[in-house]
This record gives sequence, C-alpha cells and structure tokens, in this order.
Amino acid sequence: MSAVHELAPRAGGFAHQRIAAAVMIAFFALAPLVAYPVFLMKVMCFALFACAFNLLIGYGGLLSFGHAMFLGTAGYASAHAAKVWGFPPEFAILFGTACSALLGLVTGLLAIRRQGIYFAMITLALAQMVYFFYLQAPFTGGEDGIQAVPRGKLFGLLDLDSVWAMYALVFAVFVGGFLLIHRAVHSPFGQVLKAIRENEARALSLGYDVNRYKLLAYVLSATLAGLAGATKVLVFELASLTDAHWTMSGEVVLMVLLGGLGTVFGPVVGALIIISMENYLAQIGSWVTVVQGVIFVICVLTFRRGVIGELGRLIGKPL
Amino acid sequence: MAEDIILETRGLRKEFKGFVAVGDVSLKVRRGRIHALIGPNGAGKTTCFNLLTHFLSPTRGQIFYNGRQITGSSPAAIARLGLVRSFQISAVFPHLTVLENVRIALQRKRGRSFDFWRTDRSLRHLNSRARELLDAVGLSAFEESIAVELPYGRKRALEIATTLALDPEMMLLDEPTAGMAHADVERIAALIRRVAANRTVLMVEHNLGVVENLSDQITVLSRGEIIAEGDYRSVSAHPEVIKAYLGSEHA
Ligand SMILES: Nc1ncnc2c1ncn2[C@@H]1O[C@H](COP(=O)(O)OP(=O)(O)OP(=O)(O)O)[C@@H](O)[C@H]1O
Ligand SMILES: [Mg+2]
Repeated sequence: MSAVHELAPRAGGFAHQRIAAAVMIAFFALAPLVAYPVFLMKVMCFALFACAFNLLIGYGGLLSFGHAMFLGTAGYASAHAAKVWGFPPEFAILFGTACSALLGLVTGLLAIRRQGIYFAMITLALAQMVYFFYLQAPFTGGEDGIQAVPRGKLFGLLDLDSVWAMYALVFAVFVGGFLLIHRAVHSPFGQVLKAIRENEARALSLGYDVNRYKLLAYVLSATLAGLAGATKVLVFELASLTDAHWTMSGEVVLMVLLGGLGTVFGPVVGALIIISMENYLAQIGSWVTVVQGVIFVICVLTFRRGVIGELGRLIGKPL
Repeated sequence: MAEDIILETRGLRKEFKGFVAVGDVSLKVRRGRIHALIGPNGAGKTTCFNLLTHFLSPTRGQIFYNGRQITGSSPAAIARLGLVRSFQISAVFPHLTVLENVRIALQRKRGRSFDFWRTDRSLRHLNSRARELLDAVGLSAFEESIAVELPYGRKRALEIATTLALDPEMMLLDEPTAGMAHADVERIAALIRRVAANRTVLMVEHNLGVVENLSDQITVLSRGEIIAEGDYRSVSAHPEVIKAYLGSEHA
C-alpha cells in the first residue's frame, strides 16, 4: 500500500480543488452539447463507481477485488423493481442502492478482518458466488439479462424517456455522490479512516475499533457503487451479467489506477479514459482488452501515480 | 489493603511455537507510581506490553486492571479503559500533520467518529488542546509539518504527546527515550515525571540513568522471567541482575 501513502493529500489549501471540482461539474453540464449524452451518462455512472471504489482503496487502504457485485446487485434489484413491481424510478434506484448496501454489510462482516491480499481474495470469492447466483437465478434472465427496463417518471413528473431529463438525473446523482464522498473523506470519520490506513496498530492503541471504521467505509463504498449500478440500469434500460462479472471488478481497479489512486479527481478521469476507449475502439472488438492491458502496463511502469496523480505532482498540489 | 494495585498479572505466559518469550510473570503495579520494566534484549518486555494491551493473546495467565479482569478484552476496549500504550518503534501517523496526529487522539474522546456527513471543521475546537500538548513536548514549531518528516527523536516526542492526549489513567511507554539526542532525553524524562504526577506509568527503558531518576519501582526481566524487583539501589546490586546484564553484553 506504499503507493497510497505517497499520494496522501496534505492538509490545508484546498482552493485549487474547488476550482477543479467546478471545472469538472461544468464539463459534465456542458459536454452533452457536443458529445453523445448516452456516452456521457455512461461515463458519469462509471466515474461514480470508480470514486466509490477509490474511497475504499485510496482512503481506507482496502483493495476490494469484488466491487462488481455491488454494481450488479443494485442493477438487478432496481431493474426488477422497476419492471416487475412497477416501482417509480426514484424508488427503483433507492431499492437497488439499499440492496447493495445490505450486500456490503454482509460481505463486509466476512471480509473486513482480513488484511491486504487476503482481503482482496475474499472479496473476489464472494463476488464470484454472487455472480453464479445471478447466473442461475431465474429472475435475472441469465445471459439475456433484464431487458426493456422502464425508465418511468421521476417523482411522477419528469418523464425519463426524454434524454435530457435522464441526463439531468444522472448528472445530479453523479455530482451528489461525488460531493458525498468528498465530504466523507474530509469528515471526522475520514480523519480516523486516514489514521487507520496510516498506522492501524496505533489507531487501535488509541482506542479506535478499527474494524468498525473499515466496515463503514466498505459499506459506504458498496452503497455508492450500488447507486452507480442502479442509475446505469435506467440509462441503458438493461441489467446484465456483465456488471456482476469479475472483469468489471478489474475494470474499476484499472480506472482508478489510471486516473490516480487516492486522488479526488483521478477516478473520474480514469473512467472517462476507459469508457472513451471502449466506445471509440469498439470496432477492433475484443482487442480493446489487449489495448487496455497494454495501457495498464505502461501506466504501472511509467506514471505510477496515474494521470491526475502526476498532474497534481507537477503543480505541487493534490488534485 | 494498604497498597492500591492498578495493574496485576497472574502467571502471564506467552509461547511462540514452544519458545517461551514470557514465562509466568506475576507483576503488580501500584497506582500513581512510575514503574520500570528493564532487562536485556529479548527479555520479553515488549511482549509483556503486547500481552497487557492484548496485541497478543497470552498462552496462559490473567491480567487485572483496576481489579477487573481484562485478559480477553480487545485492544481498543483496553485503551478506552484508560490503559494506553506507546510502541517501541515510533508509531505516528506518518502522512498526517503533527497537529492532526495529536488531534486523532483527542478526537477519540469525543466518542465514536462515524459521522461521515459532518465536515472536519467540527474538529477545530480540539486544536487549542492539541497545541498545548505539542508545546509540552517541545513541538510547537512543527505543528504544520508532516509527521514523517520529523527527526526520530521528535517523532517519539509526538508519540508521547498523542498518548497524553487521551489523558490515560495508566501509560505503558516502550523505550520512550530510545534514539533521542541527550537534550531531548532530559526533556522527555522531565515530561514523564510531570505527567506521572496524576497517573501511573509503566515503562520499558534501556537508559539506566533515566530509570534511576524516574522510577519508584523496578522489575527486572530476563529470558521471560522476573529475576528481581525493588528500587534502583537494591535491584542494581542484585547478583542475578548483574549476571543477566553482563551475560547479554558478552553474548
Ligand atoms: N511475534 C513473535 N514471534 C516469535 N518470536 C517472538 C515474537 N515476538 C517476540 N519474539 C521473541 O520473544 C523474545 C522476547 O522479545 P521482546 O521483543 O519481548 O523482547 P524485549 O525485551 O522487548 O527486547 P528489546 O529490549 O530488544 O526490545 C525474543 O526472543 C523475540 O525474538
Ligand atoms: Mg522491546
């Protein structure tokens, strides 16, 4: 975890981060004027997913290799709620998110006592179990997934079949989730979390029940990953096995590493790069994976801090 | 009962795969005293500390704190009872500022910090107390420094300030002056004496000058067993102690 330490932002002087946040929000507010809204919505969903993952690894020092289970679970739960039970979109999203939070609590209780690579392994194992459950369970539609999920009307008013209404919702969810994570990192809880990552034994000796703090970080991360998954399902009107597959867990690791582990904006940039690549390189088919692998290797070998991590180092301020 | 015992162990033992690091140690620490635990390298002093604070589970034996058994309590729960330890290898939060290091300890006393929705500006009211503590260990000028950048001796001082922030009833200090420059040793020794005025201190210390100066009671450990107990004078004249120290130096 030494890379995490190197990247830990220093105290004080967050004005530049406010500016960067304003730039990011303006970007997603204005970008649909020139780029495909669906593409941007996808980016925002994955950016939130990556930010949630980063909360756990970057600030809690916990590497989960099973985060797809939260993306996938919220996806299936909200799709089922919207399509079969006729939930309005806000409740479908809420329900999906709550399911992931609960899954986070259950898997967290099992995983949180393990350290380092053992934690990663157990999260992977749990995620695989969840995946096979979805593969077998009848309500998920197996390989077909849950298709034609109705977007419905937000609060009974706003028809989400309008792309702009949908965009506004995703934008609000993304910005809200991003700000919540930012707040959590800079809260009394966030302080303890940082202390635990920095020196767990010392935090313990000061009387902190470190496992509870880690568990809360894990559940928060799972919840926000779920929020991303539930929202994404409404965008694409589809819940599928892809979201629960282990490659999705790997992809979010890639996004965060590429953008900058433990940075505020790195996960967003990482998501933007990876999703752009997948979209614009779609013609080359499965070679996308190879290209991603090569980029990953280059990233690890040359700019270990990720795009935003290196940028922050250049300007001498954490981003 | 004439003497007021704050900490007591009965037949405390720790084996590592058959190797006895601590063998049947029965120790009594009186309230309000500075009690030194000394002994040659590998005697089992740090292991004792780890047992007392449940960073390790004993193979056998019991630990009582304020008459209450704490043998099975979690490390965090033991700390919250007021028995707080420091570490032999300096234990700071390396990438937090010096002020934040102390504040983490102060923050614990406000209760559980699960409030992730609140801004950390709500912790600012702890800053003045944190500064007082830093002042006491001579770190006032460094409050904005990142802890990892401090020289070793100052890291130790920061660690003591952090421990003190909890205002513990009893402190376990594992070699508080190790690696410090002479002037710092004096300052830390004076500080320990000052803070011990209203609390109990159990410390491991290799600097015998500091031990002689500070401690009311000394327990000498060798190969995991208590070989002598008493004040500095009686302990330093004890033949077993002389043998143990000479033995280790010639080893
Ligand atoms: N986790 C462990 N596993 C195996 N052996 C251990 C472990 N911890 C300590 N020991 C052994 O137990 C013995 C006592 O170690 P301990 O660290 O308690 O000594 P100490 O008195 O603190 O010595 P020092 O003055 O060098 O700090 C040593 O021989 C050490 O090698
Ligand atoms: Mg030791």
